[in-house]
Amino acid sequence: MNWLFRYANPHEFMRLSGAVLPYIAVATALCFAIGLYLGFSVPPDYQQGTTITLMFIHVPADVVAELIYGAIAVCSLLSLVWRHPLSDTAARAAAPFGALFTAVAIITGALWGKPMWGTYWVWDARLTSFLLLFFLYLGYMALWNAIEDETRAARACAILALVGLVDIPIIKFSVDWWSTLHQGESIMSGKIAPVYLAPLLIMMLGYNLLFFTLWMVRIRTAILERRARNLMQQAAS
Amino acid sequence: MSVFATLLMRDIKLAARSGGSAALALSFFALVATLVPLGVGADLHLLARVAGGVLWVAAVLAALLSLDRLFQGDFEDGSLDVIALSPLPLELTSLAKIAAHWLSTGLPLTVLSPVLALMFNLPPHATAILFVSLLAGTPAVSAIGAIGASLTLSLKRGGLILPLIILPLLSPVVIFGAGAVAATLDGMAAGSALGLLAAFATAAMLLSPFAAAACVRLNLGG
Amino acid sequence: MNFDMGAYGIYIWPAYGISAVAILGAIVWTVAAWRRAKAKLAALEKK
Repeated sequence: MNWLFRYANPHEFMRLSGAVLPYIAVATALCFAIGLYLGFSVPPDYQQGTTITLMFIHVPADVVAELIYGAIAVCSLLSLVWRHPLSDTAARAAAPFGALFTAVAIITGALWGKPMWGTYWVWDARLTSFLLLFFLYLGYMALWNAIEDETRAARACAILALVGLVDIPIIKFSVDWWSTLHQGESIMSGKIAPVYLAPLLIMMLGYNLLFFTLWMVRIRTAILERRARNLMQQAAS
Repeated sequence: MSVFATLLMRDIKLAARSGGSAALALSFFALVATLVPLGVGADLHLLARVAGGVLWVAAVLAALLSLDRLFQGDFEDGSLDVIALSPLPLELTSLAKIAAHWLSTGLPLTVLSPVLALMFNLPPHATAILFVSLLAGTPAVSAIGAIGASLTLSLKRGGLILPLIILPLLSPVVIFGAGAVAATLDGMAAGSALGLLAAFATAAMLLSPFAAAACVRLNLGG
Repeated sequence: MNFDMGAYGIYIWPAYGISAVAILGAIVWTVAAWRRAKAKLAALEKK
């Protein structure tokens, strides 16, 4: 765990992230450029026609929305168990992106659903689970903002994130169970033809890299804001 | 009497007095059950079909009403600090509060449910399943609700955030509980739904005291 | 590259549009907050 703590020092984090950031940003842009190019060059799907192109923006949003929750859960664990100092900042910084990508996943999913099912919302298991995930993100952010004391807020949100982590698989299972009762339909049925795999994977990578880029910038911003607050407090005393 | 029992009795007495949370929860439950037919119409066939879901949602919301005060009252007047210093571990204190909450809200709601089910034209076998599902599931509502209550106990207006935090976490309870009733109406066995519900509730009762105690500690220690 | 989506265009383009707005919005918001923090810190450090 020691290597993790080496970058717990805000100074070290600023140094490291500053060095890495340009490369990740460029890689993100490349992924989007190549992914979009490939995505619009593929032939229409046998079943879904041209709506298959929606897969390239819906599934990556899905994936990154869940990954962000995982990241928050890991940070919460680091914060509670090992008292890793930068984890709280990192967790808080990630949450808005989680909410954003979840919302995008839901909206693009509904827009994909309309040509497929006839209506925008048929309580498909995945979309319903993502709706609940969206509320979890909102609750998490609301709790951060509501508790005034920063340390308390960090601890409380870490506990909430971990409780959510335990519950999320149960929620997904229960929604799946429920949707099979009502014979819900699914947007994505099983296998993806190989020709669609490349743009999909590249876009998934692109979305993930985008999140990491923005996340790092937000953590850096939070570190600067804290330095500014410290300076103001020193000046006041 | 043990500290656990003392705490339990005290919280139940507080909730059971007039104007306390027990009466509030029951009234709210009945009111919602009254409002829904006013909203969706008196088609008895429709009402029977939605009874499971409506009554489950109403029960969860009714139980929610008193949750934000679960720890807050004791926190504000300093009693929570005293309780924390007692030989009883905070986990057991939390369990006592969860039990008190269930005994004063969840259980009365369950007992009232057959009457409301009647208003929804729910057939007797489905009503029995509804009763059992509420009996098994409302402890989970109290347990997970206690986690939310302990997270928000330092907030003056924490009551607004509490539902936002715990309702998503409670969705499996509503799904399985109402699902059991729906299965019965369709002529299928409710066993799997009730089993899943019981499993979830058991896990919630076992794990929630630890989470709630951790939250209480961080609010007292800070 | 093929941009003719046929009848589905009415769903595809709004979906891409909303995703683009969300992503660009996130980028702008993040970078703007960074610049603000940087400027504020620089101003404080000058004193």
